[in-house]
Amino acid sequence: MALTPEEVRSIAHLARVGVDDATLTELATDLTTVLELVEQMNSVDTTGVEPMAHPGAAQLRLRADKVSEENQRESLQAPAPSAEAGYFLVPRVIE
Amino acid sequence: MSWEVVIGLEIHAQLATKSKIFSGASTAFGAEPNTQACAVDLGLPGVLPVMNAQAVEMAVKFALATDAQIGRTSVFARKNYFYPDLPKGYQISQMALPIVGEGSVTVAQTDGTEKEVGLTRAHLEEDAGKSVHDQFNDATGVDLNRAGTPLLEIVSEPDMRSSAEAVAYARHIHSLVRYIDICDGNMQEGSFRCDANVSIREKGDTELGTRTEIKNVNSFRFLERAIEFEIERQIDVLESGGTVVQETRLYDADKDETRSMRSKEEANDYRYFPDPDLPPLVVDVTFIESIRATLPELPHVRKARFIEDLGLPTDDAVALTADKRVADFFEATLDDSFKPRKAANWMTGELFARMNKEEVSLSEVPVSAEQVKGMLIRMEDGTISAKIAKQVFDELWAGAESADAVIEAKGLKQISDSGAIETMIDEVLAANPGQVEEYRGGKDKLMSFFVGQVMRASKGKANPAQLNDILKKKLDG
Repeated sequence: MALTPEEVRSIAHLARVGVDDATLTELATDLTTVLELVEQMNSVDTTGVEPMAHPGAAQLRLRADKVSEENQRESLQAPAPSAEAGYFLVPRVIE
Repeated sequence: MSWEVVIGLEIHAQLATKSKIFSGASTAFGAEPNTQACAVDLGLPGVLPVMNAQAVEMAVKFALATDAQIGRTSVFARKNYFYPDLPKGYQISQMALPIVGEGSVTVAQTDGTEKEVGLTRAHLEEDAGKSVHDQFNDATGVDLNRAGTPLLEIVSEPDMRSSAEAVAYARHIHSLVRYIDICDGNMQEGSFRCDANVSIREKGDTELGTRTEIKNVNSFRFLERAIEFEIERQIDVLESGGTVVQETRLYDADKDETRSMRSKEEANDYRYFPDPDLPPLVVDVTFIESIRATLPELPHVRKARFIEDLGLPTDDAVALTADKRVADFFEATLDDSFKPRKAANWMTGELFARMNKEEVSLSEVPVSAEQVKGMLIRMEDGTISAKIAKQVFDELWAGAESADAVIEAKGLKQISDSGAIETMIDEVLAANPGQVEEYRGGKDKLMSFFVGQVMRASKGKANPAQLNDILKKKLDG
């Protein structure tokens, strides 16, 4: 399948990646090549092979339900561009 | 044209863990902003999520309580979207392989029938933070205390056909999650949130109509009203020749309407993919069986037992099993000397009325089951009448030690001496010769007048059965 520049624009927007119109076509060609590779892999017969979400045989480790973190608001907010009354401040997002 | 309503619910139940799903920060409600948000919750570079065992146990407990399939291997995925209260730019959730698969619940309807509602799945995920839009000039404040709080998202099949059925189902799940102690169910604090998917189709159609999703409903009453409004709106749209647009709509309780939430529409493509930070979650048989052992008797099983073994009427059994603490309290008041039904009557009548009046829940009731049992025993053995019991209960509520102590201290022992009762009756009849004549002339209704007079004379302590008996003999004989 071939990606259109419009589809790339939409994907870029969803990922909040700024892409100018000039590079859209080039990116569409690049990404299409990637998808072709995936298509090639799709043609391999995987009957009987269990689907795998992660490489390796690792299993999720669990921790006990204990509160181990103390309040570190001051140090965690220090690098924030803006904070007030305990809140992180961001540009207004409500319409 | 005749329309059929199709409703499915997505319920977010906040799991009652002490710490967050992937970090050791506290989940306690109501803390100062950002005092319970650690580096993991903030999504700072280099941090890694570590799964909370308790959240897994609670999800499995829910699966066992709803006869659902358990995903022996489940996978966490990233749900990608951008919003300031989601600092990582993705929410860790489950997509293709959830921990809880298909299940079902049998929901009692308000008309006494039962309805089976299918559960599609339930998955573990983290909550987002909270945005505050009205406290700052030209800025939005972000509080990440809630970020990373464990949620179980319970998705139903589109099996409900009316707002009443949807509410009955939501109440059922609400009762169940509290019963098995995995969620506190506090809707005001957002621990239990319902989103409703509503669509309309012509009666007889097999395909589903276009649905809208209603969000922002924080009470069962609003859930019912929001769905009602949405049904009417969709019917209006279709009957005026329009088409329903698939969208998210917010319920506004003040205006009692739903309205389109356009800002989130473009974010519908979440581009899920397995979270590389979290390998698959595997639960084995030993783990599952150890959790099964902690499962309490479920409400519907307990209800059946109350009806069959204890001889309670269905209404009482339903009322007493909706809340585990109420059912436990009821069972603790039982004694071999009286029928369980007596305790049930008293609880659903006197106790519930008092709780409503004082606006308290059972855990705030200052009277213990043991004290109630003592009172019921004295009612049964005739020491006090039901009327005096109210007075005894008032005293217990006010801090008295036991029913026996109240009866002793206030001299409330019922008068069951027939000689004494007879004397009181004679006095009342002698003082009201006119009424006696009217009664004997056929005015039967005056019986209650005489009973009232004698009761008053005895300060409420005359044994009612004896009083009636003797009075009737005297008047008729």
